[in-house]
Amino acid sequence: MTQVPASLRYSSTHEWVASLGSGRYRVGITDHAQELLGDVVYVELPQLGQEVRAEGACGVVESVKAASDLYTPLSGKIVAVNEALNDNPQWLNEEPYEKGWIFEIEAGEEDYAKLLDAVAYENSIAG
Amino acid sequence: MTASLQRTALYHWHLAQGARMSPFAGWEMPLHYGSQLQEHQAVRQNAGIFDVSHMRPLDISGPDARALLRRALANDVARLDREPGRALYTCMLQEDGGILDDLIVYFLAPERYRIVLNAAGAGADTAYLRQLAAGKAVSFRPRDDWGILACQGPRAVELVAEVLGRPELKELRSFRSLTAGDDLFIARTGYTGEDGVEILTSDSALPALADNLVAAGLRPAGLAARDSLRLEAGLNLYGQDMGPEDSPDRSHLGWTIDLRDPERQFIGRAAVEAERRAGPRQRLWGLLLPRDAIPRAGYRVVDTAGQPVGQVQSGSFAPSLGLGIALARLDAAIGPESSVFLQIRQRQVPARVVEPPFWRHGRAVYPA
Repeated sequence: MTQVPASLRYSSTHEWVASLGSGRYRVGITDHAQELLGDVVYVELPQLGQEVRAEGACGVVESVKAASDLYTPLSGKIVAVNEALNDNPQWLNEEPYEKGWIFEIEAGEEDYAKLLDAVAYENSIAG
Repeated sequence: MTASLQRTALYHWHLAQGARMSPFAGWEMPLHYGSQLQEHQAVRQNAGIFDVSHMRPLDISGPDARALLRRALANDVARLDREPGRALYTCMLQEDGGILDDLIVYFLAPERYRIVLNAAGAGADTAYLRQLAAGKAVSFRPRDDWGILACQGPRAVELVAEVLGRPELKELRSFRSLTAGDDLFIARTGYTGEDGVEILTSDSALPALADNLVAAGLRPAGLAARDSLRLEAGLNLYGQDMGPEDSPDRSHLGWTIDLRDPERQFIGRAAVEAERRAGPRQRLWGLLLPRDAIPRAGYRVVDTAGQPVGQVQSGSFAPSLGLGIALARLDAAIGPESSVFLQIRQRQVPARVVEPPFWRHGRAVYPA
């Protein structure tokens, strides 16, 4: 079964967002996204300190079969990237919501508020 | 999802095995059963089974069957004359030398042949061959009641021999086949760069056979693994690495053209000979790249001055090598000593030009 944790928010492009407090958010790709991608073999991470705009491409997830853009659901500044993915890209498949997180961003409340909640996201992928 | 997708006799079997299904050439086929990587490694290290029932067997027989195939195919079925059961890989060309399709032809017995066609072209190819045979003593029998299971990997033949109770399979040589009754045909062929067999049998027998093979230790593998396996083995995919615009010489398939009999006027011969005299403008080569620069179809290849010299036809991460690999069509001036770069998003990454395959006889052809 595809996992959609209730504590997270979601984008229509299959990223999840966790609010860490103080305007800091953690971002990864959903379980559904990793199922569609298949085995992930390389992640091109965003640049630390990079300013990004919501819905813009900020990295690439390469699976065996295809390269897919990674989109940031929030506008802001990249304040952390998960360097461990360089050696463990398979974490995106194995633990997409835990060890497979991709970056952290400082952002305003308003983009976050626009994201889907778990029920809405689950409905969007059920179609 | 279109309603018109065809399903193989194993459709429900795939679902029961947990397959993620995907449309492919008009068929609804298993892409993977959880992990393409694990399926790929199972075939390299042990044994896997692939449902390739989307490929279509066509039996061609009659007093003029041999002459028809000697005209329609660029390789020469006369090579098979002395050995019933023997198989040949060949292209079928247009008059202009472009590849209409690629296929394996089996010589079953005098005046009796079997070919296996790619899913996408099977209907058109069959109609084309029938037209070519008009007025000749040739009959066609598409085996629409059959499916195909490819069993591939270093242990595949041994396991299949056990499941079928046919120890003689272990003695079957590469590109040889055996016919066992009306509804079973086994060929030592494949599309993975591993040893193995392809089993052609009636649709009704397939689910039980697949169950028995899995019970014996063969792992179900999908089209995704089939693609990464065949690419490592340097085997072209029709429609991706070659098509009607490409001659065999442009497609690393010059070896499949048989010009030895000067009397044999196969379709496309004049064009092939003219291209040989002039030299092809482009050729298909292998590319090796680091794992953070995985080539994909359509990516450009450039020279040291940044000028385009070709493009990637098929590209993937190579699970057996831990690298990016590609088949790329490059200008004739480019070869293994050339310094070229893959244009990958904003970067230009040095690529090593090599002769395919990348993987052969259980090991990397170009060790890092």
